[in-house]
Amino acid sequence: MNRYARRTLLKAGAALAGASALGFPAIVSGQTDKIKIGHLTPLTGFLGALGTYATLGMKLAVEEINQSGGVMGRQLDVMSEDSVNPATAATKSQRMLEQDGATVLIGEINSASALTIMQVAARNKKLFMQTGARSDALRGKNCNRYTFHTDIPNTVMVNTVGQALLRDNMVKGKKFYTLTADYIFGHDLLAAAKRFFGATEGNLIGDELIATDVTDFSPYLLKIRQAKPDVVCSNLAGNQVTTLIKQYAEFGLPYPIVGFNLNTADAWAAGDGNLSGTWPTVWYHTLDVPASTAFVANFSKKYGKPPENHAWIEYIAFKMMAQAMNETKSTDTEALIAHFEKETEFDILKARKAHFRSWDHQLMQEAYPFTVKPKGQAKDSWDFIALGTAVPKGNEPLESLAPTKEQNPCSL
Amino acid sequence: MQFEFLLEQVVNGLVLGGYYLLIALGLSLIFSVGGIVNLAHGAFYALGAYASVELTKYLGFGPAVVISPIAVAMLGILFERFILRRFYNADPILSLLVTFGLAMVAEQAIRIIWGAAPLSASIPPAFRGSVILGDFLFSRYRLLILVVVAAVLLGVWLLLHKTSFGRVVRAGIQRPDMVAALGIRLQPYMTAIVMLGVGMAALGGAFFAPITIVHPAMGAEIITVAFVVVVIGGLGSFWGVVIAALLVGVVRGITIHFAPAAGEASIYVLMFLILLVRPRGLLGERIEKFE
Repeated sequence: MNRYARRTLLKAGAALAGASALGFPAIVSGQTDKIKIGHLTPLTGFLGALGTYATLGMKLAVEEINQSGGVMGRQLDVMSEDSVNPATAATKSQRMLEQDGATVLIGEINSASALTIMQVAARNKKLFMQTGARSDALRGKNCNRYTFHTDIPNTVMVNTVGQALLRDNMVKGKKFYTLTADYIFGHDLLAAAKRFFGATEGNLIGDELIATDVTDFSPYLLKIRQAKPDVVCSNLAGNQVTTLIKQYAEFGLPYPIVGFNLNTADAWAAGDGNLSGTWPTVWYHTLDVPASTAFVANFSKKYGKPPENHAWIEYIAFKMMAQAMNETKSTDTEALIAHFEKETEFDILKARKAHFRSWDHQLMQEAYPFTVKPKGQAKDSWDFIALGTAVPKGNEPLESLAPTKEQNPCSL
Repeated sequence: MQFEFLLEQVVNGLVLGGYYLLIALGLSLIFSVGGIVNLAHGAFYALGAYASVELTKYLGFGPAVVISPIAVAMLGILFERFILRRFYNADPILSLLVTFGLAMVAEQAIRIIWGAAPLSASIPPAFRGSVILGDFLFSRYRLLILVVVAAVLLGVWLLLHKTSFGRVVRAGIQRPDMVAALGIRLQPYMTAIVMLGVGMAALGGAFFAPITIVHPAMGAEIITVAFVVVVIGGLGSFWGVVIAALLVGVVRGITIHFAPAAGEASIYVLMFLILLVRPRGLLGERIEKFE
């Protein structure tokens, strides 16, 4: 150790001793008075890679919030765990609320797990900010007043890609063949897709329900070849989309492939030249908005890689929750619900501010269709996505892609 | 027309079965000779995939798929020497536990080293796309895998049936006591078998990396199917495993053709039915030490 470091250490030691002598009572009360937040997200299984990014985004947000003085002067204390599956998610969320003293719950990606956490939150009358699950049913027939939904729902993803397809004349009279994840999310996405095809004269000629543990798609690809569709469409989730993209490229079927759901971590894993078509995303790290660029820089500096959309969503969810607590000067569930239901605006690092819609608690925000950059145009291996212009367009209300009151059976 | 489509699924299933075979054959050999159910077998498959993805970045695809299985096979030597060797004569539950634990350690180690996000891997350009032979569509890359599997299969068969090494191994499966009485130590043979077995699993991983998802749990995903193949084929039989692997691939393909929802369940139903009729598997031999 050199002299400089030793001197620094001495100074730090003195400072610490001084601080503890002067500020002892304050530190004690500060420690006991932390705001506890329960965070659950899948860290294993087919959504594990996404949950890992979500956890990194959460950590960055909490670090920034705490460094800038916390919430109402209190530090955030986050318990973060692997939600594993719907049953475990329910058990863990219940323990966090009933035994560990969590004030609110934030997190999740798996729609089935999110549903069980929503029920636990409602039973305990505590707030759950649901970040990454996209099933329409969660904010539709299963909605409850204790849950707020941050990610874009399935209907918005379908409409986002749908608008791009309509623009390219790829819907009317075209034959679609879909591959659908066989759980609540996939079924829900297929329903949204069917509504879209129904309204735009697309012709759905076949659908395959795919169990979430399928890793070989070759028999399905042969069936698609026999059906001779005009467009193949993926309603899969998590890393199954990656496998499908790889094997679709492997078999070299001539039909264009599009999809209504793809997370960027899964797109990054697809391999050079395998991804094609139009897909939706809720956020991408190349988004040209100053606040977003700053977040990407901080995240990349801390973790050595750019954030994925689940890192972003966890980050903004924690920031929104902190902002709401600061603005209401409260961690009280009812006060927070009332604040969100006022359709308070939040900066979510996009061009337009976002708000939770009062009657279904869905975050109204911009979404983006994306395609793949032509070979040689990507700056690095994270950069092969060409982000389309945000939808809805600047002059349209944010609600215009979301399910309408007639389509959405939610009553809080 | 329907018949042609069905035939296409059968042929595709055979190709897929060939890939299962790479994993299952080693599993079966290690079980037959050492009496050990190697639950860590999938971990070597995953390691093969990860190693080849890493090596491909520096050396290209060709050298990577050759070097990574060899490297993993070397790891297999350590695995046999320091872990498996202690459990040949122990209660099978102990080796089950230790290999199961090792599989979990390996999965978490991969997660720590490479992260939870899947790695990106692509088919080399020369093998992209499909070829149409007659009425059948084949993935060019899977045809390459089929050729590799056939070559490996031929090599292993020759090794087991045409060399003195193979004679000792086959004798060791049936009567280890007699082999010992003849003054032959089975231990070096066992090392070689484990090397061969995990090397084949790694070869499977290396070749499948470009068309499946390279992520920490990939080993756990493949091990179940490999077990089904071993159980259906029966212990101690080379051809039993071969037939079982192809059968599993074909049955899955046909089921997906007619009843997609039952696709993943079909192989377990197949196993159930075969065990009802033939409790030792299709061509399983009566092995005294396991009775």
